[in-house]
Amino acid sequence: MYRQARYDEPLLNEMHSTEKKDIDANVPTILKRENLELPNIPEYEVVRHYTRLSQMNYAVDINTYPLGSCTMKYNPKLNEEIARMFLYLHPYQDESTVQGALQIMYELQEMLKEITDMDAFTLQPAAGAHGEFTGMLLVRAYHEFREELEKRRNVLVPDSAHGTNPASAAMAGFNVIEIPSNKEGMVDIDALEAATDESTAAFMITNPNTLGIFEEDILEIAHIMHKNGALLYYDGANLNAIMGITSPGKMNFDIVHLNLHKTFSAPHGGGGPGSGPVGVRGDLVDFLPVPIVNYDGEKYFLDYNVKHSIGKVRSFYGNFGVLVKAWAYIKRLGGEGLKNAAIRAVVNSNYLKERIKEHYELPYKELRKHEFVVKPKNATALDVAKRLLDFGVHAPTIYFPLIVHEALMIEPTETESKENLDRFADIMIKIAKEADEAPEILHEAPHNTSIRRVDDVLANRKPVLTWKMYMEMKEKGEIDY
Amino acid sequence: MVVAVIPYSMDDMKEMLEYMGVSSWEELFIDIPTVARKDGINIPSMDEYELYRHAKELADKNKDFFHMPNFLGAGVYFHFVPPAVLELSARSEFYTSYTPYQAEISQGMLQVLFEYQSLIAELTGMDVANSSMYDASTSLGEAARMANRINRRKEILVPENLHWEKESVLKNYIAGLGMKIKKYPLNDKGMIDLEALSSMITKDTAAVYAENPNFFGIIDENVTRIKEIIGDTIFIVGVTPLSLALLKPPGEYGADIVIGEGQILGNPISFGGPLLGIFATKMKYVRKMPGRLIGMTRDAEGHRAFTMTLQTREQHIRRGKATSNICSNEALCALMSTLYVAYLGSNGLKEVAKKNMDNTKKLMDMLKSEGFSAPHFNAPHFNEFLLDLPKNPHLVNKALIAKGVQGGYPINEGCFRGIGHAMLLCTTEMHREEDMRKLVESLKEVL
Ligand SMILES: Cc1ncc(COP(=O)(O)O)c(C=O)c1O
Repeated sequence: MYRQARYDEPLLNEMHSTEKKDIDANVPTILKRENLELPNIPEYEVVRHYTRLSQMNYAVDINTYPLGSCTMKYNPKLNEEIARMFLYLHPYQDESTVQGALQIMYELQEMLKEITDMDAFTLQPAAGAHGEFTGMLLVRAYHEFREELEKRRNVLVPDSAHGTNPASAAMAGFNVIEIPSNKEGMVDIDALEAATDESTAAFMITNPNTLGIFEEDILEIAHIMHKNGALLYYDGANLNAIMGITSPGKMNFDIVHLNLHKTFSAPHGGGGPGSGPVGVRGDLVDFLPVPIVNYDGEKYFLDYNVKHSIGKVRSFYGNFGVLVKAWAYIKRLGGEGLKNAAIRAVVNSNYLKERIKEHYELPYKELRKHEFVVKPKNATALDVAKRLLDFGVHAPTIYFPLIVHEALMIEPTETESKENLDRFADIMIKIAKEADEAPEILHEAPHNTSIRRVDDVLANRKPVLTWKMYMEMKEKGEIDY
Repeated sequence: MVVAVIPYSMDDMKEMLEYMGVSSWEELFIDIPTVARKDGINIPSMDEYELYRHAKELADKNKDFFHMPNFLGAGVYFHFVPPAVLELSARSEFYTSYTPYQAEISQGMLQVLFEYQSLIAELTGMDVANSSMYDASTSLGEAARMANRINRRKEILVPENLHWEKESVLKNYIAGLGMKIKKYPLNDKGMIDLEALSSMITKDTAAVYAENPNFFGIIDENVTRIKEIIGDTIFIVGVTPLSLALLKPPGEYGADIVIGEGQILGNPISFGGPLLGIFATKMKYVRKMPGRLIGMTRDAEGHRAFTMTLQTREQHIRRGKATSNICSNEALCALMSTLYVAYLGSNGLKEVAKKNMDNTKKLMDMLKSEGFSAPHFNAPHFNEFLLDLPKNPHLVNKALIAKGVQGGYPINEGCFRGIGHAMLLCTTEMHREEDMRKLVESLKEVL
């Protein structure tokens, strides 16, 4: 049975603090700080505090983490070791003193081109959503250059799209129009055709889509965009399903972002850092952010010479530490290894789907890629998710994509054995039975985690966002926890 | 090849395919149009040891801080990252988890991030901080967007010495809103020209952005006067978080939004990334703010618990109307900053900050006593200062590299009003006296 560690761990500022010292520095009187409320705690207590907290945290290194759309694959330790070799370099150092770092970036650009069949890459964006925003800025710049931005106000997204897609398009100043899915769970081509015209700037789509279904009409979709002068944008969140088998380039996409923290095994860091390189084709190369890394046959250099560059989307060159990990992963696996990872990810997902599909509803068509979406027959997705935690596995993504009510989005990834998948399937089946026979177990779940089910409604109603707010509210008797 | 280990296995696949009634894996890909097929990926593989050696060779081609004194700053800084911080952040319970969507099984990360929000709020003197943005420049972009969300106005005023990279990022972040950037001047002390700023405020001014210390490293006491001049215009302050151990928090001089680069607190410089965007504001604006927030609540048994909260601002719920598109953020960097501050405490943080100021002063004094014109502006400095040069700073830097020293960030002639050839020199607590001596001696030789 699973039992997560549980400590009644105080907040940092509730821990015993040694005496505070006054330190006088030569700053203008008007700008002198009077008070700094931070505790002074010996090293061993600090280490114990955070070690205990770590034990109250679930992770890929503990067990299966089938969080759909997030590709929670195992992160090889070699990547971490290699990244630690590059910690104390400044981005503005003379190029002659950072040739190794630049070589890694250059090689990564080249390898991503080979994997995606795009013409050039920027490694600058800090995450997937940041890559999308960068892509949308490129769409802007492209249409602006052609003096069409005024009329091309709309970006289309499928109704199954991830929330970042419409959010990124809107941030770049576009109107967002949703395109419905058909009963197969793919983009409704007729609706797309009808919505596309001279006002269309781009269509953003991920393939396989968020249901894990491959958009079979992708070439037709590309054709519709291109004949209307619009661009086709690839959200690379799901690239893990197709590496080496097809590519955004082969599917006629114009702009693509990748999530190195998903497909290329850089760890997710409890929420980040990620990295979201953007690749482009043809004329779009001239608009990429600066700098890109180039090689003149002798040395690597930062190339600021991009004709119509949009400038910068963040400081410096990207999340270098994450780039190194992705570089190491790709180098180690090679093309063959990447393709096999995709195959294994798709086999794992379809196998798991077959194992549980009698017990959960599987909307839309059967054949899936690296992930699939089901819904409980007799429970809420939330209850199933919470009950899963009791068995020491992480829950799938829930309530996404929005077009499936009570969605459980399951992505096992390639780094799970048949044995693990069977175990996960057995748990899912057991929970489906519990939902029929003893639903209170689900409502009351989880039981075996550090805490019982959290009160999210209360968290929203009475926001307590810092320890100071906590103390003030506690003092006033507004809260009792 | 020593050992060909790959991080997954193809072993038990046959059994699985049989169970599915599928003869080969290819059947699972029949929905991919033949014309869109790709014939594999042309990248050779390497075994683990071979790759480790190769990476080491590449690492050895670099000259990092410990192999060459380095006086660069301009946004990211060489600070010492204590081993306790590095070790704890390498606990894979933390770094191989993701966004704590399932709160009950993720209390560890959630509490760390709550502590992070708390200590950023304390350092900045603001009510609330989010649990991270990508970096300081994107925090600035998001802050400008937030100002527009609050008052619908279209112009942001920034100092004339704003780093060009930040300006470029800002421009991209506000382009979609039709907002514009205008620059206000500094006075002859390198501080904000309050009169000029005052005359530039109009009913279109959404926000005023000021940095303290500013891009030239100057501790600018005029920031304390801005809010009274600009009234209800949103006041955004950019900070170097370490300096806040000694300096008055912006919350005490009227800041509405505080941003900054969190790398400075316990994150290795790592060739400029990953970084950590600090973002803090007042409680009255919390529903307008971007990024993830962790809140305290209780569980079904009444115990204290942590969870992600006020999520209706975010893209996964609000989609095209969200306050930001951010999803993955810089949580692990926020964790490292939390560890760093916990480790140092108020005493340690103040000591490190003071050491930073002292070292800057020491280098300025050494240069002055050798007849250099440093600092360009006669004001108190933190970390950085401008050194005037008789010739192109890029050439000076090349010559310094030949002597085994990395000089400061080059300031091209004509870049900033009143400043000719110059470089922005930076020291931190990591620079020893002998490093500074080496810089001064080398400068003397190359000029
Ligand atoms: C389909 C899809 N697109 C985009 C994103 C955004 O990526 P990131 O979190 O790296 O910003 C995600 C992340 O979960 C995703 O699943």
